[in-house]
Amino acid sequence: MIRIEQDILGKNNEYARANRERFQRQGVLALNLVSSPGSGKTSLLTATIGRLQGRVPVSVIEGDQQTSNDAERIRATGAPAVQVNTGKGCHLDAHMVGHAVEHLKLQGRGLLLIENVGNLVCPSAFDLGEAHKVVILSVTEGEDKPLKYPDMFHASDLMILNKIDLLPYVDFDVERCIEYARRINPKLEVLQVSARTGEGLESWVAWLENALSGGSQVGAEDELDAMRRRIAELEAQLDEARRGG
Amino acid sequence: MHEMALAEGILRIIEDQAAARGFERVLRVRLEVGRLAGVEIEALRFSFDAVMNNSVAESAVLEIVDIPGQGWCMDCGTTVEIAALYDACPLCGGYQVHATGGMEMRVLDLEVDTPGVAQADRSRRPG
Repeated sequence: MIRIEQDILGKNNEYARANRERFQRQGVLALNLVSSPGSGKTSLLTATIGRLQGRVPVSVIEGDQQTSNDAERIRATGAPAVQVNTGKGCHLDAHMVGHAVEHLKLQGRGLLLIENVGNLVCPSAFDLGEAHKVVILSVTEGEDKPLKYPDMFHASDLMILNKIDLLPYVDFDVERCIEYARRINPKLEVLQVSARTGEGLESWVAWLENALSGGSQVGAEDELDAMRRRIAELEAQLDEARRGG
Repeated sequence: MHEMALAEGILRIIEDQAAARGFERVLRVRLEVGRLAGVEIEALRFSFDAVMNNSVAESAVLEIVDIPGQGWCMDCGTTVEIAALYDACPLCGGYQVHATGGMEMRVLDLEVDTPGVAQADRSRRPG
């Protein structure tokens, strides 16, 4: 019998750690953007790059199973972009991102936006070394997506509700959607935007600028460890208080 | 979800161990999978069989240890058992529950044949 006790995703997590260290060293804020296909991720990216132009250098990694259409859309804005085709794979992993980064000349205090494969399931499990996962949900989808795909909403720090210009034409209950999402993740932040009309984009840009100026760059895993430690402390205190009383 | 990629991760761990310790055949693989890890067990079993084909673990038995889900209810200030990420607190019915356990996906141990005998073709990998 050979004891192993290794995380199945251990290799990925090692690559993710190396990526994260590199991003921190360079002062790059890396975000992992996840959503279903068609939520408007690429449109949101091009709109974001437009707003940050001349102020914050933005680089983009585009993940798709096939085609380089999205990277071409990004390059048309003037921002450097690398396309990663995952072939049969349904998610980006940290190793692919490490390679892609080598092709980008990352600038200090810049933003690296990693557009993951459109898929609300698999990308949730693969840490890429990002500071935050950002889940994008469009109002043309069901408001119960957070309940249907809880892992992704649990893994994310921010939810962007996109296409809010279409709210008058669809039966999407914003409040209920946010309530569902916070059932899964009580700490989830929410922004409402329309990449097409520009509505709400200032709040997204402000969120980015806050994160860039030293907002939390702690990885999800470190945060979880910190929370576990805090809970153990609280439980110990509670036990002590109970025994004392 | 991504069970095929998980099975490939398991194979990588096994092959690293085989190279380091020189065993030729794995009889049993024991995993620990939390209920909140988002792993579909049947899909993982299916992927495991497919991925282990033509490897040292080709005929290995897969054993999976189930770990219950745990969360910290911020309203109750205590740890509670939850079956899914969106479960309400079983004590107060609220949703201020932050998952803290049951997300594990680990290879616990391997039962192997001919331990300690270093040799053989270790370059065999499924395409």
